[in-house]
Amino acid sequence: MIRAASAILRKDLRLEARTKESVPAMLLFSVTAFVLFHFGLDRDSLDGELASGVLWVTLLLASVIGVTRLFAAEREQGGIEGLLLAPVDRTGLFVAKAAALFCYLTLVELVAIPAFTLLLLGPGLQPELLPVLALVNLGLASVGALVSALASEGRARDLVVPLMLLPLLVPLLIAAAGATEPLFSGDGSPEDLGRWLGLLGLYDVVFVLLSVAVFDYLLED
Amino acid sequence: MIELEGLERRYGERVALAGVSVRVGEGETLSVLGSNGAGKTTLLRVLATLLRPHAGTVRVLGAELPAEAWKVRGRVGLLGHEPLLYLDLSARENLRYHARLHSAGRGRVEEVLAAVGMERRGDEPVRELSRGMVQRVAAARAVLHDPPLLLLDEPRAGLDPAAAELLEPLIGRASGRTRVLVTHDVERGRAEADHLLALKGGRAVELEEAYR
Repeated sequence: MIRAASAILRKDLRLEARTKESVPAMLLFSVTAFVLFHFGLDRDSLDGELASGVLWVTLLLASVIGVTRLFAAEREQGGIEGLLLAPVDRTGLFVAKAAALFCYLTLVELVAIPAFTLLLLGPGLQPELLPVLALVNLGLASVGALVSALASEGRARDLVVPLMLLPLLVPLLIAAAGATEPLFSGDGSPEDLGRWLGLLGLYDVVFVLLSVAVFDYLLED
Repeated sequence: MIELEGLERRYGERVALAGVSVRVGEGETLSVLGSNGAGKTTLLRVLATLLRPHAGTVRVLGAELPAEAWKVRGRVGLLGHEPLLYLDLSARENLRYHARLHSAGRGRVEEVLAAVGMERRGDEPVRELSRGMVQRVAAARAVLHDPPLLLLDEPRAGLDPAAAELLEPLIGRASGRTRVLVTHDVERGRAEADHLLALKGGRAVELEEAYR
């Protein structure tokens, strides 16, 4: 399974490096949204819950682009049939797709977070943001891979992905915003960060297990 | 090798295959003939485990479908209308990817690339290759893992006579593999067949009836 997942992941990253279909679009969307917020709110700096909300809503909406494109090459170029003909555990496909999305999100955040800090954030960044980002990315990656596989079967993929994905991300948004709100208030390390991280971790575990359990059925005829 | 008894497959209410029965032994070729929409491609996809049969018995390579589909995957080579290649990867990258999925070595990739005469253009993106070259790479992909059963849907489409001859040892009778060959070329289908299956409206009919 690891061998197959690694092969699929390498192929996906190579295709993304060549076609540049997902990461640049997600990044452009994020930075544009921060610029719009900057002028729309007419504020040079945000803090607390407003800053937290702006960051996470922007990143979650940007992720829709990556999720929509996650299975595009498989469906448009027949790759999914090549995979289904191979003696490959379907869980390997889920792991590879989730890992690819995790990589895309991380790459986007490497630029988007500094842009957010520059354009909107009042207080500086704190290192506690890193575990929050990692857990959010993991949750987004597992839910995203699941939704993308489900939506790729239908014709209205561009419509179905946001309609299915965004409601599923509400608990993730609540926990992420709750975890970063004190960080963006300039209050230093939040007392209840551990609780929010625990909630994010629980969300991740639930959706990873759920995705592994149902992924096989999504790909069946 | 292949045993079908009363195979039935539907798409919603529409019957794509009904009551299809045939036996094909090891190393034999079954030619499937019929006009467009007769059910030929559906039959191949059922044998490839990509579609579930809705009724009847389907045994492929000793495994009962769909229950034992996992036993068949990796032992079938499919060469159909779609090349199943990523257009933005090179031929060599595509084959190396499929080789990893099938646990075949890199040496095998170079072997099949050379066999289809694409070793020199193997690093060009598939998107930039001609239709015939893509078909040659697709044939290399189909036999990369040395499958005992080949499912071929118009395998010579887009090939010039020289390229078709080049592929003969890989996908032709000379390959020694069991083959299911879907074709519109009745003469070729007859010439290559140990068994003939003519389809019309998803049902097995006499050859003359199939194109009437």
